[in-house]
Amino acid sequence: MLHEILAFEFMRNALLAAILSCVACGIIGTYVVVKKIGFISGGIAHTAFGGIGLGYYLGINPLLGVIPFSLFAAIAIGLMSKKAKVAEDSAIGTFWAVGMAVGVICISLKPGYAPDLFSYLFGNILTVPTFDLWMILLLDLFIIGVVWLLNKEFLAISFDEEYARVSGLKTTALYLLMLCLIALTVVVMMRVVGIVMVIALLTIPAAIARMFSRTLPGMMLLAIALSLLFSISGLWFSYQFDLASGATIILVSGFVFFLVHAWRLVSASLTAQ
Amino acid sequence: MKDPIIQCDQLSVSLGGMKVLDKVTLSVNDGDFLGIIGPNGGGKTTLLRVILGLEAPSAGSVRVFGGSPGSFPGRIGYVPQRLFFDRDFPISIRELVLMGRISNKKLFQHYNKRDREKADQAICTAGLERLADRRIGDLSGGELQRALIARALAGDPELLLLDEPTASIDPQMKTTIYDLMEHLKEKLTLVLVSHDIGTISRYVTRTAFLNVTLELYESALSPNRESLSALYHYPVNPVVHHSQVSRTIDHP
Repeated sequence: MLHEILAFEFMRNALLAAILSCVACGIIGTYVVVKKIGFISGGIAHTAFGGIGLGYYLGINPLLGVIPFSLFAAIAIGLMSKKAKVAEDSAIGTFWAVGMAVGVICISLKPGYAPDLFSYLFGNILTVPTFDLWMILLLDLFIIGVVWLLNKEFLAISFDEEYARVSGLKTTALYLLMLCLIALTVVVMMRVVGIVMVIALLTIPAAIARMFSRTLPGMMLLAIALSLLFSISGLWFSYQFDLASGATIILVSGFVFFLVHAWRLVSASLTAQ
Repeated sequence: MKDPIIQCDQLSVSLGGMKVLDKVTLSVNDGDFLGIIGPNGGGKTTLLRVILGLEAPSAGSVRVFGGSPGSFPGRIGYVPQRLFFDRDFPISIRELVLMGRISNKKLFQHYNKRDREKADQAICTAGLERLADRRIGDLSGGELQRALIARALAGDPELLLLDEPTASIDPQMKTTIYDLMEHLKEKLTLVLVSHDIGTISRYVTRTAFLNVTLELYESALSPNRESLSALYHYPVNPVVHHSQVSRTIDHP
């Protein structure tokens, strides 16, 4: 069965893309969950659509358009909410919609049909070209490197930002860097589940992992394992039942998320009796 | 005579158009244990935040260790009152305390053996050895408070700022926290903010009454009726605790 699936090159690429993106997703998703910045991450992801439109309009690989665009979005949203005294959710909401609008305008300006764009919005892991795989690997290594170098700083600002500032850390710069890593993770995940659903895979595995973890590194490892489990089983279901792969992965994740919470509720009420 | 550790001169702070501190002049010297008391909204926490460099003065000056606030994070330990962090954060006491070492480390540097030893020492000082590997979510309020003191101590500070360390914890725990401070005042300069006038007057060497303006007393002040009523602008009946400790208020 597995042998039969892996005989296809697109299936091997799909599996590789899933594995590589889950690494970034587990590590960065952990920060997103403990620092409660899921909504910001969603904003960055959707703003990134502007970059896809721009790349498409300029006739370059959309990945090359989306990287600078999402980094810009991360820094702009971060600065607006930290420095400009704009309510964070207003800043996020504005960027979210403006980014999407830029994307739509760019695409409509370019004559012709854009069949590929659907896969950036909703993911299509089965069509990942080799170039994108290399790009995902590179981004993965970069994310792991930065987190390894700055793990004590990231832990400090995630846990208690004010105390980190009192300790002499440049908390705003570190926070913006963290948002940039989220932006890069969005780029990595885009091929797997698409920017509309990225937020689910960024938060669900980490949120489940948090319930069973005693340390942040432990939570990251568990989140990576869970997102791998969700991606691969989602991929398998989508192959079996001929469903959209990105959406199937999200449904599997969401199902497990509800299951774990339901189990928690039941076991809590049982011990209470 | 050595320079004071903290020197506030005619310090005023306004927050959102409200004057929170008005012309506060205060110096804290090496080895002092200063207790700052006063009503809620009297600017106690703001004063600490200015000393830490978290809030900027609107007039006057503050010098800490001879520099501007925030210049020497490694020399100051801070025990905040309000917990801005999440009690469910996946972290043990040991790692929480280890974070107190960050002010002594450079960017990119990982914690080493010495940092872990310092953190373990601080955990022992706070009497938390047996709980060191517990998740912070499993601790009581008093245990968490002691963990925060340990975090502040792990950085080897010369000055320790404590903001209401005994607020919202049970009386028994309060005594152990004050005993801990009694032990710390041998080695450190302490500034303690509290509303618990009766208790802190047993421990501190100087008292400041802060209610937007500041009055300084060069001794542990007796919490008598007249002085308190003048400070709070309404009649106050102090309840003096004569429990366990026999040496309550020995006043000249």
